[in-house]
Amino acid sequence: MTMNLDTNKAEAKPGGPHTLGKVRTHPTQNEALMFEKSAPGKRAYKLPPLDVPAVDFSSCLGKAYRQTPAQLPELSEIEIIRHFTRLSTWNYAIDLGMYPLGSCTMKYNPRVNEFVARIEGLAEAHPYRPESLAQGILEIYDLLQRCLLEITGMDAITLQPAAGAHGEFTGILLTRAWHESQGNPRTKILVPDSAHGTNPATAAIVGYTVENIKSNADGGIDLEGLARQVDENTAALMLTNPSTLGVFEDEIHKIADILHAKGALLYMDGANMNALVGKVRPGDFGVDVMHLNLHKTFSTPHGGGGPGSGPVACKKFLEPFLPIPVLVRDEYGAKHCTDAGDWEDTNAEPTADGCPPLFRAPVLKPDGERVGDSEPMPLHPLGGRLRWEYNRPHSVGRVRAFYGNTGMFIRALAYILANGPDGLRQTTEDAVLNANYIRKKLEDLYELPYKTPSMHEVVFSDRRQAAHGVKTGDIAKRLIDYGFHPYTVSFPLIVHGALMIEPTESESREELDLFVEAMRSIAREAEENPELVKTAPHSTRVSRLDEVQAARKPILRWKPEKQ
Amino acid sequence: MRYLPKSDDERRQMLAEIGARSIDDLFAIIPAEYRLGRDLNVPRQQAESEIIAYFRAAGQKNATDYASFLGAGAYRHYRPVIIDSLVQRGEFLTSYTPYQAEITQGTLQAIFEFQTMIAELTGMDVANASMYDGSTGAAEAVLMAMRVTGRQKAVVAATVHPEYREVLHTYLRYREMPTALVGYHNETGRVDLEALAAAVSSETAAILVQSPNFFGVIEDIPAIAEIAHAKGALLIVSIAEAVSLGIVRPPVEADIVSMEAQSFGVALSYGGPFCGVIAAREQFVRQMPGRLAGQTVDGAGNRGFVLTLATREQHIRREKATSNICTNQALVALMATIFLAVYGKEGMRELAEHNLAKADYAAKTLSALSGTKLRFKGAPRFHEFVLQTDEAPAAWSRRLLDNKIVGGIELSRWYPELRNCTLWCATEVMPRETIDAAAKVLAAAPVEA
Repeated sequence: MTMNLDTNKAEAKPGGPHTLGKVRTHPTQNEALMFEKSAPGKRAYKLPPLDVPAVDFSSCLGKAYRQTPAQLPELSEIEIIRHFTRLSTWNYAIDLGMYPLGSCTMKYNPRVNEFVARIEGLAEAHPYRPESLAQGILEIYDLLQRCLLEITGMDAITLQPAAGAHGEFTGILLTRAWHESQGNPRTKILVPDSAHGTNPATAAIVGYTVENIKSNADGGIDLEGLARQVDENTAALMLTNPSTLGVFEDEIHKIADILHAKGALLYMDGANMNALVGKVRPGDFGVDVMHLNLHKTFSTPHGGGGPGSGPVACKKFLEPFLPIPVLVRDEYGAKHCTDAGDWEDTNAEPTADGCPPLFRAPVLKPDGERVGDSEPMPLHPLGGRLRWEYNRPHSVGRVRAFYGNTGMFIRALAYILANGPDGLRQTTEDAVLNANYIRKKLEDLYELPYKTPSMHEVVFSDRRQAAHGVKTGDIAKRLIDYGFHPYTVSFPLIVHGALMIEPTESESREELDLFVEAMRSIAREAEENPELVKTAPHSTRVSRLDEVQAARKPILRWKPEKQ
Repeated sequence: MRYLPKSDDERRQMLAEIGARSIDDLFAIIPAEYRLGRDLNVPRQQAESEIIAYFRAAGQKNATDYASFLGAGAYRHYRPVIIDSLVQRGEFLTSYTPYQAEITQGTLQAIFEFQTMIAELTGMDVANASMYDGSTGAAEAVLMAMRVTGRQKAVVAATVHPEYREVLHTYLRYREMPTALVGYHNETGRVDLEALAAAVSSETAAILVQSPNFFGVIEDIPAIAEIAHAKGALLIVSIAEAVSLGIVRPPVEADIVSMEAQSFGVALSYGGPFCGVIAAREQFVRQMPGRLAGQTVDGAGNRGFVLTLATREQHIRREKATSNICTNQALVALMATIFLAVYGKEGMRELAEHNLAKADYAAKTLSALSGTKLRFKGAPRFHEFVLQTDEAPAAWSRRLLDNKIVGGIELSRWYPELRNCTLWCATEVMPRETIDAAAKVLAAAPVEA
């Protein structure tokens, strides 16, 4: 292992806030690659004795026998623990502080979610186990589906898509299948110039051409322009609402009307659903099909890039096209023979068996008044038996193997249960409050290109700082020195030099004030000492990395040095 | 609400500083007729203890005390404890895509290690940071081959996981990319090489096979590669059981490998989240979908890692991207990385040997019974086998369930011609007693009058 002991040079750079000084003398800052720490004969595993006869593996496999083992590292358990623990300390995370990455909704990931996702009967369930032995998991699917339908105001749902972009793919497949059933698949999808890159990429995968829509002066959809662009070849508009500017399309119903008048559908990218839950439902304002991101709105962890989950909800007329299989509930007493034989005895009577009685309690305010104007959804099984329905002749087909990212469903449902109707609404209100608080505290120093009211995120531009040569990417890097994860840089594309800030509901006022102070301080630095900002970060283990070299001569794997 | 770090007083103060009279002011832009004037009809707020009780009850309804011979693309292996200790560190769990490289070196170095180990295992030059799962990975690999070759047709073996083939069908549905399905040899369970050669033409972009295939049989990869390459087509090998690579020769003749890495320390979790990954020859890297971590240096010459070759991706290239994938399976890939570190070079072989030995014993034991027969004996297998029974599977599987054993899965669901055939799997965690017990129950067919 080669170790660079001269680790303090980054500190020698001038100008870091004095609180950022760190002593870096321990090898934790120089953890090598696993392969470089490997030594023959070290091991971190022990298999139990083989209780069946050994086999002559090489003659049994013949030509298919692997002669040379893969060059995997050989390490002990403590080295592996230290390796990954050390690597982890090089990461920023929500658990460490504010992570205002716009569009990504980096909210708190509750730990009970992790706990319940690992409960043995859930984590160990094989996807092909007989449905009679999977009723518990299917009840979780069912309750989550009902909650998400209620939250979105839609009629039908699939949990199958593995992430947001996969949900878009599924939603546009439904759109296309429906148009085909009407006799014409149509040729184009409209995408606003403020959209996420996944939207046009998705439209292309489903065989559509992409037509851009220019945003109006408020950053919203220009209705007259839209009316001109929508024609008999338009399959759908893919709209993010609130938009990537954090702006609610207040004429959304007119947008839906323009589309529907020409037989086109309104697809909603639900990336920004954290601004809407409990306040307004897409199904009520004209959306035909949409996806949700459970890893954004519903608190499942982002995990360094995934896994996500992208359920797709739609209106009734699109239901026949949902991916197979679809979850259905047979009423109590119905005959089934999908598994091995007759399962009538596995039917649950419509009672609350297995569920603590507390779940059946009515929703009451502290003063005893019932909350809401409808009965709260029961948590106990509705009775009958859940099963997968495969016989769906109009289905677009499967979009992945098995049924979806079940582990994420468990976490998302745990989040919904922890919040309840009041908590979900308060969450949305706090998210919007936080974004507006940041806007108010920074709008005198940072250019606000669109003055339209903000929902859950606020987008500034670097116009004033750019006059001193300081760009949004520089301000972002300087934020790191102040102990924050940067906001989203240079997106949406319609704002030149965008700073896209989404604080989420998870930030206290103290944390927001620290962030505001940091941003104000950087604005000052941009004027007084632009070099300091342009060369940031100054406090990290590595300084700015050479991305050009990485792309020009890609090194995508470790190789042993030639001896 | 326990996740929200504000008092009502603080909310009021903040509203006042914004200049709003109430929170409703901030939602005023939403037309009144669309505002939800009521509580959502979802269950009331639950205490943490209630949430745990609810999911425990659900888990218990799933009958946890059953032994299982199920495989077919989702495999139960032992998961070393340190996997969950490490991936639950908040610094991994609660960070996101490492676009800001200076403060995500932990994730980036781990991805680089993952890419290296996958390349080593599969015999490919490079691997990406992950795909959703083995099924979407296989579909994306076919699309990648189409871009590489500029050709529009694919040939697919019937021995590829049926659900993978269904997903491929969905992905190609609107792409005018016809696929030809090639059957299998009745004695070996391998793809029919003659039919394969006949199906491949100079218009074929790729052949997609799986090895070990859906029947647990190892395909003759060198022979298939020859057929593909003779016509200028690429060979894509899908691997649904990654542990097989500990003992099975890697598909080095392939051009693209699409692997499901669930077996590397990932819980079954009723089918997801799993971890797909695409590996390939170096010359195709610019047509690969998904994220890639690459090595570089910082201003002071220190080694560091960044996401690279992003011009393939949707956030740069939009509708011209290689794929629309954005979020991937990063944390699950980290699980796989830790798993591979635990087993290492020697352990992967030993683990694979245990799997093969268990399945070999199970196959011999179950096929020795009267009224049962092992199918596809003419080719090597890994840890799955096809058993044909005189008695209908519905009958004996009920007897097994009465004894708390889930037997093999019926193949007629996907292969109508394989009547009374079931696919069994035995991994290293399958005790010999369970295999013997299953044999005993299977043998106890009621005597026909």
